[in-house]
Amino acid sequence: MAPPSRGADRTAGQPAPRELLTADDVARTIARMAHQVIEKTALGSPAASDVVLLGIPTRGATLAARLAERIAIFSGVDVPYGTLDITLYRDDLRNHPTRPLEPMEVPGGGVDDRVVILVDDVLFSGRSARAALDALGEHGRPRAVQLAVLADRGHRELPIRADYVGKNLPTARDEEVSVLLEEVDGRDAVLLVRPHGDDATGEAEQE
Amino acid sequence: MKHLLATADLDRAGATQLLDTAMSLQQNLLGKQVRKLPTLRGRTVITVFYENSTRTRVSFELAGKWMSADVVNVSAGGSSVGKGESLRDTALTLAAAGADCVVLRHPASGAAHRLAEWLDGTGTAVVNAGDGMHEHPTQALLDAATLRERLGDLDGRRVAIVGDVLHSRVARSNVHLLSALGADVVLVAPPTLLPVGVESWPVTVSHTLDAELSELDAVMMLRVQAERMHGAFFPSAREYARSFGLTEARAAALPDHAVVLHPGPMLRGMEIASTVADTPSSAITEQVRNGVHVRMAILYHLLAAATEEDET
Repeated sequence: MAPPSRGADRTAGQPAPRELLTADDVARTIARMAHQVIEKTALGSPAASDVVLLGIPTRGATLAARLAERIAIFSGVDVPYGTLDITLYRDDLRNHPTRPLEPMEVPGGGVDDRVVILVDDVLFSGRSARAALDALGEHGRPRAVQLAVLADRGHRELPIRADYVGKNLPTARDEEVSVLLEEVDGRDAVLLVRPHGDDATGEAEQE
Repeated sequence: MKHLLATADLDRAGATQLLDTAMSLQQNLLGKQVRKLPTLRGRTVITVFYENSTRTRVSFELAGKWMSADVVNVSAGGSSVGKGESLRDTALTLAAAGADCVVLRHPASGAAHRLAEWLDGTGTAVVNAGDGMHEHPTQALLDAATLRERLGDLDGRRVAIVGDVLHSRVARSNVHLLSALGADVVLVAPPTLLPVGVESWPVTVSHTLDAELSELDAVMMLRVQAERMHGAFFPSAREYARSFGLTEARAAALPDHAVVLHPGPMLRGMEIASTVADTPSSAITEQVRNGVHVRMAILYHLLAAATEEDET
């Protein structure tokens, strides 16, 4: 019943993954993204609009919390953050066993007339981002929606691009990019997993 | 999960998964301006009710509609059943018409199981919305959801089911589900309203409500089902109310945290005093609200994912 897990355990039994970003790289990347968010949304200036960070579970939610923490340190502005479960809006539900639902937590005050920044770990086909836009639309009407991803691995299937990209990672379609985060996986890293003969799962990453 | 026919088929993991999904759905819909999820777009749910119902039918219809399924309601009165069509032919007609899920309420025990056998191979899922005196699994699931909301984990909790256990499909479904979830179930009823074979159920049996009250975490009052009673099961309604009704005095003897449930429809003054039904310890309106979320969860688990045929 469980969906293909995203993270450390997924790599079990496969060839040793290549570490694309180390823990230090991940920390630096998140810090840089925080600075970019502050600059682009003019946070802290009188003309700035309210910003809300919404992470897509599981790791996007963790990233949203970390981004908010960095932003508070760099700009002194506390940006509300939450999680947006997109499971019920996915277009690939019928291709998988039942997916368990994830927690949903939109910060008080909602999203109306605010700048919502969607946060995810990996941008791949763009289908998660599309589902997130649909999910968001039913919570209200944000003034603008932006997308922040730790890694962009290419192979878009929809006309979607990210506003903030931590790292561009050119990959082959059958490779997998795994983002590991301390809070979920016990350590920070971004791994590239190469498919390998019979060991390949054949499970294309959906993010 | 292919069908939902009885809580006896659910183990602890399966039941917990359904209840968790229901809770997530409730959280998901909370504070939304538009209560509409695209999850079941293009799926068709047909509800077939051979018995009267308000709650179950409305909540299945809402559950389907809030998830964008197309919901069609068939009632025995206005359909070809009135012309003498058999249940089997009705079922095959609905499957042929494109139903992905049939929700059936029927006065005959086992009707949903028969339906599932007939529809085997058509890919149509069957949900039992109450079959005679057998089971009413979706009611038990919403009761469990309500209890979990109020009490947290049900492991080791003591729940009394009081009244007409003999005719009650709600009681049967709850006995299986609550004990699967780890709760201790006490059946409280006069001997005439207990089914044969109750000794083999995973419950304790009591004939005096007053003796049980102080130990309970929850008490579930059952309606006295006069429509199924063809005989004298107790001397008079007043005597029944005096011995087994949840009066104000009895409600006061319950622990403060205890939850009062009733599957509805209530007969105020009979099995439950009108004032008790409206106190804060009563979770009767929460039961109805949870009913929609639980039924959404059931439809999600039956219809959203790949079916077993697709996978093989």
